[in-house]
Amino acid sequence: MAYSEKVIDHYNNPRNVGTLNKDSKFVGTGLVGAPECGDVMRLQIEVSEDNVITDAKFKTFGCGSAIASSSLATEWLKGKTIDEALSIDNMDIVEELALPPVKIHCSVLAEDAIKSAINDYRVKNGLEAIVLEKSHH
Amino acid sequence: MKQPIYLDNNATTPLDPRVLEAMLPYFTEKFGNAASRNHAFGWVAEEGVDYAREQVAKLIGCTEKEVIFTSGATEADNLAIKGVFEMYKEKGNHIITAVTEHKAVLDTCKHLEKHGARVTYLGVKEDGLVDLAQLEAAMTPETILVSIMYGNNEIGVIQPVKEISAIAHKYGALFMTDATQAVGKIPVDVNADGIDLMAFSAHKMYGPKGVGALYVRRKNPRVKVTSQMDGGGHERGMRSGTLNVPGIVGLGKACELCRLEMESEAIRLSGLRDRLESTLSKMEESYVNGNTQHRLPHVANISFKYVEGEGLMMAMSDLAVSSGSACTSASLEPSYVLKSLGLSDDLAHSSIRYGLGRFTTEEEIDQAIAVTEKAVNHLRELSPLWEMFKEGIDLSKIEWAEH
Repeated sequence: MAYSEKVIDHYNNPRNVGTLNKDSKFVGTGLVGAPECGDVMRLQIEVSEDNVITDAKFKTFGCGSAIASSSLATEWLKGKTIDEALSIDNMDIVEELALPPVKIHCSVLAEDAIKSAINDYRVKNGLEAIVLEKSHH
Repeated sequence: MKQPIYLDNNATTPLDPRVLEAMLPYFTEKFGNAASRNHAFGWVAEEGVDYAREQVAKLIGCTEKEVIFTSGATEADNLAIKGVFEMYKEKGNHIITAVTEHKAVLDTCKHLEKHGARVTYLGVKEDGLVDLAQLEAAMTPETILVSIMYGNNEIGVIQPVKEISAIAHKYGALFMTDATQAVGKIPVDVNADGIDLMAFSAHKMYGPKGVGALYVRRKNPRVKVTSQMDGGGHERGMRSGTLNVPGIVGLGKACELCRLEMESEAIRLSGLRDRLESTLSKMEESYVNGNTQHRLPHVANISFKYVEGEGLMMAMSDLAVSSGSACTSASLEPSYVLKSLGLSDDLAHSSIRYGLGRFTTEEEIDQAIAVTEKAVNHLRELSPLWEMFKEGIDLSKIEWAEH
């Protein structure tokens, strides 16, 4: 299958690969997917006192599109407020990376990872978790 | 663009230039229909086909009359299994095959199940081989056919064909084998192996695509199959359709070259394969799939744990290889062959098949090793699973959100 240039770029030069201290109360961690399904994403955000995402890191086990989706997500997250981050839709990722239909699930996973990281942060800080829509895959 | 190194010779092989040379005249000046009995154009074409039949027969130890030319192994598998089922349905309706067979066999059997066949799909042992005791236990008086492949296309294991055919015959069943990956690569002798029907293809042995053959035994016992296509009654009435003369000539030449070069080539290829495999299996958490004693000389199937096969292939774009992962399919199901060995889904997703061939060089193998090592290390740097493994976290204890 042919990948778009943007997918190849993120794949070859992934942005923000790494690990944040998951025990810090300023860090939210989302771990989504399953090894059996061939993709697992871990996305982490570091949030400042005024609710701005100051850092984002990821690690992904999966195909090129999954790696690119999570790499792109970390780029987008930095500098956004939590509320802005919640509005990132998987279809924005599909569009930006020109993902083919068989790879849409990779973008869904990235959206899930963002929401799951935000919820982890919220719960750690005594806030209620946001009810997530059941992902459509 | 620089061509990648071709290591997917189980999918198809390049045409040997010597085969092409033999074929060329049959496209132009020797264009006749091999069934035209009234003029020299037909006779010349028929001579080409007859000679090819001899070349094929010599490779597998049969007589020329036992070779039925087809469009490839898929058609030969269909003709053998459906043809036997229809011809012998008075005797019984039971067919035995194995879960690791090619789709051409499995889906043919599934088709027959809709038409009254009872099919047993034998599981395989961890090393990919059929359990002989299990086979014998599955035999019944209604069993008309046992169809087990010779060498597996994904992991290269060679089934104990002699023992399997002996069991089939003991219970009065015929033995058919899809030998697409084995013929031309290792010695295959239909008499020594007790084979009654055998499918194979030219393009897996440096011949052209679109041509193959079905071996159908004529003596002890005389095997008959019902034709699956109606028409001019070519190929002793078993396969109608104007013969693909250039293709058949190519198959013949390919068989001859394989026969003459097999011994030295098998030694060369298994040497290269072992070099590839022993180096890569020294990497942490890498596993060789399938039996390593009984297998084809040119295949290595290795799982690199904690990296995903399709992502890995992307990092190895300098190599043309194949992966057991199928992340592109809607089902996200990894290889059913690897799963049937008892491999967990994540290991099946992490597998790469290297298929070496006649034109593979030592330099290419060394490059393949370097490319693979670099790619696996790169992806493990990105892999959350690798990090967790390194921290000593038991991944099987994590509740993954299945999706």
